[in-house]
Amino acid sequence: MIRVGNLHKRFGPQHVLRGLSFEVATGEILVIIGRSGGGKSVLLKHLTGLLRPDSGQVLVDGTDITRLRRHALDRIRERYGVVFQGGALFDSMSVFDNVAFPLREKTRLSGVEIRERVEERLGQVGLSGVGHKNPAEISGGMRKRVAIARALVTEPEVMFFDEPTTGLDPILVNTIHHLIQDLHRKLRFTAVMVSHEIPEIFQITNRVAMLHEGMIVETGTPEAIQGSSNPIVRQFIRGEIEGGPDPREELAGPRPRASSGAQP
Amino acid sequence: MSEPGASPLPLPLRLVEGLGAQVLDVVQSLGRFGRFLFEALVYIFVPPFKVGRVVERIHFIGVRSLTIVILTGTFTGMVLGLQTSLTLARFGSEAFVGPAVALGLIRELGPVLCALIVTGRAGSALTAEIGIMKISEQIDALTVMALNPRRYLIVPPLVAGFIAFPLMTAIFDVVGILGGYLVTVELLGLSAGTYFGEMQTFVDIGDILTGFWKSLVFGIVVTWVCTYKGYYCGHGAEGVARATTQAVVLSSVLILVWDYFMGSVLP
Repeated sequence: MIRVGNLHKRFGPQHVLRGLSFEVATGEILVIIGRSGGGKSVLLKHLTGLLRPDSGQVLVDGTDITRLRRHALDRIRERYGVVFQGGALFDSMSVFDNVAFPLREKTRLSGVEIRERVEERLGQVGLSGVGHKNPAEISGGMRKRVAIARALVTEPEVMFFDEPTTGLDPILVNTIHHLIQDLHRKLRFTAVMVSHEIPEIFQITNRVAMLHEGMIVETGTPEAIQGSSNPIVRQFIRGEIEGGPDPREELAGPRPRASSGAQP
Repeated sequence: MSEPGASPLPLPLRLVEGLGAQVLDVVQSLGRFGRFLFEALVYIFVPPFKVGRVVERIHFIGVRSLTIVILTGTFTGMVLGLQTSLTLARFGSEAFVGPAVALGLIRELGPVLCALIVTGRAGSALTAEIGIMKISEQIDALTVMALNPRRYLIVPPLVAGFIAFPLMTAIFDVVGILGGYLVTVELLGLSAGTYFGEMQTFVDIGDILTGFWKSLVFGIVVTWVCTYKGYYCGHGAEGVARATTQAVVLSSVLILVWDYFMGSVLP
């Protein structure tokens, strides 16, 4: 169980996270949606302990990771798997070595066992036979799948996906979504995923949280989010561009007639 | 910093505020710079040891710089031999060409020039490599795997610099002395016995140790500065480019400054 409470983060004058709170139940997939530059990746960096908040809590099974020192935080991170937006594959290593790296460094498995485990994961992401290639020699979609294989190779309890399908064609997007769904069924990890793939992402998630201007403005099942009356959520899901009513003003209530009438 | 919405400070106070902020920034950077080295030095002695990675870094810093070090060492010795011969010939003291070349190389030029050359070839590459790993989230990937990135990225180059720099300097000195031999003996006609014989008389173990300590310190300084600049580089390609330039400039300046201070302290 992950519980985020009243999280605040500033970068200079920019207040990126403004008292953000939500929960992720064990075994569920929570997808965080929201506009680009809205703080979704910053939020994931707080959940993985890469950033420390100005105030607020990130509780992982009751332990506030924002207060932990490096070694204690590493004990929590050993249960994590993270898929970065760009894959973050080690470009000096082959695909096989990238996936094998966490096993070589964090376990006492023999070379044969590591090979078996890596081949199994590469097979699960549909990349059998490409282990000898370097990350630079494979496509963007393949790199994302290698990143997923590497994150899953240690069988983590909690997975974080930072826009795992951004920049991919629709077929690859669905392939990766189904892959995550399949692996989730098999491995039963808890997952927090940042994604822009609407409505495709709704097919694989249990719950959706909408992040807007540093706050979670709504959480719910995919159906509830799709039927939301919240103007911010509606505008985002429908992909409406500027020109309509400002969702913030609509949230605040009806505008005075004189003010709206003054528009050219 | 003044609070948002507060009335603006008078100009003299704003200047003091700006100066204070800059001083704090410099002090903070220096503290981070020092702590970076201290932590890396501690990790050298804490297992698990990354021996394979150290060997790979020795190859990267040392072996791959060998050609350029031999080339520059040879020509430095040749120039030194030529100029020293021409100068000492005016005083009829050609016999001292050998010691002059050897002492110049062993005490000063060997450690300094070798360090500057390796900075340009390997130090800049080290900064760029770590910087690219930073901006492409590879360092974050190591961190979230519960692996300490400094163990993988900082400690091995530091140990490799410690080992490779004295060896590279020794090679630079030897080929430099041979370069001097080529010019003064083979070209200008000084006897080989005079060139090497006087060298044995005037060069002692203290001179060799001076060069050794310098190269050891330069090895640490260069790898420290270059890994630090890469690790804390700015955003994007521009950030990596700036970090690489800063690493080479700062390393070069520190090499020359340290050379003076060590030269004045060491016997």
